[in-house]
Amino acid sequence: MSEQKPLYREFTKGIIKENPVLCLVLGTCPTLAVTTGVKSALGMGAAATIVLVCSNSVISLLRRVIPERVRIPCYITVIAAFVTVVQMLVKAYAPSLDKALGVYLPLIVVNCIILGRAEMFASKHPVLPSALDGLGMGVGFTAALVLMGTIREVLGAGSWFGLRLPLAGSHPILIFLMPPGGFFVFGMLMAAANRLNTRSRRHTPESGCAACPMNEACAKAHEKKECT
Amino acid sequence: MSATQLLGVFLAAILTENYILCKFFGICPFLGVSKKLDTALGMSAAVTFVMVLATAVTWPIYTYVLLPNGMDYLQTLVFILVIAGLVQLVEIILKKYMHRLYAALGIYLPLITTNCAVLGVTMLVLDKGAQDSSFGYAASLVNAFGAGIGFLVAMVMFAGVRERLEAADIPQSLKGLPITLVAASLVACSFLGFGGIVDGLL
Repeated sequence: MSEQKPLYREFTKGIIKENPVLCLVLGTCPTLAVTTGVKSALGMGAAATIVLVCSNSVISLLRRVIPERVRIPCYITVIAAFVTVVQMLVKAYAPSLDKALGVYLPLIVVNCIILGRAEMFASKHPVLPSALDGLGMGVGFTAALVLMGTIREVLGAGSWFGLRLPLAGSHPILIFLMPPGGFFVFGMLMAAANRLNTRSRRHTPESGCAACPMNEACAKAHEKKECT
Repeated sequence: MSATQLLGVFLAAILTENYILCKFFGICPFLGVSKKLDTALGMSAAVTFVMVLATAVTWPIYTYVLLPNGMDYLQTLVFILVIAGLVQLVEIILKKYMHRLYAALGIYLPLITTNCAVLGVTMLVLDKGAQDSSFGYAASLVNAFGAGIGFLVAMVMFAGVRERLEAADIPQSLKGLPITLVAASLVACSFLGFGGIVDGLL
């Protein structure tokens, strides 16, 4: 029983405490691009979660085989293989989703969340915790996407999941569906997350930036420290 | 494709299809490296360079190797590996033969492999080519170059905006990234104004 608790935590930490989008600020490109509606946000989240769980498990299995120096290309190959699988599945069974996500579906391969988890977690832990970590991060990513999708779709189109809403539907604010609305909603959500974090005085989560090749030139990591 | 049409493709890639502000590619370097003007310039120059080079290499691979053999489903896997290899190769060549250029762009090159703008442009030009058969190799290269210049324009503009933000008095919870995103929202608003301008111009 004593082992059950930490395992369970590997799953839950990704949802709120280390939410990949709002706390670690990873994977911003799809977060902004596909959240014009709840449907595409959910589809993107699900696709990324599948890739994350599979690649985390496989990389964790291979962690003793992959040589240290060429690990990043190895990870990218594993991730790209699973992205291709998901891409083909989506094309075959959900063609409308494929159209909605467009080029952002193959771009999951360069999503920093997946490479970041591979480097930070899966390469150092056994299979089961790695899979759970991937699942938790994926669910956290999906939750953040759906939250943003909800705000943007309700305000911008007056509907939710394609269903027309009675009150908001009469005067939709179109700009929330356009790029500026995406940046704005994301900024506001992040400010809210900052406020909640400072209130409850949670420790600053380790950002996934160590894995990112941008780490040194990137000001993002330093900014996170400034604001929390 | 005529020269005017190519110019149209180029301008559209900069203004109406701006990769950062309209398509959300490459947000990470946009938020991360745009703090200072010189790093913003260096990063965008490296991105433009790799974008054109990657398109120049991946377009023939896809059109002449993958597509005729029915292996187009391997696009994602092949492209990311080609780009990663290419970036590495460019880095080695620059280091050996063009030292001054390496000093200027060198530190940004490894960061570009996982930049979704580069992978995005190589895939998007192929999508465009599939819809419109006149959109060939030359147009793809022009589009990639335009996308890079558009990246540069957005980065440089935003570096200017961010310098002003430094001095502003901002509420505690908005400090750092949130206010940067709100500023990016306003900059993106200004780019909405370009909608339709390219079609009207030519």
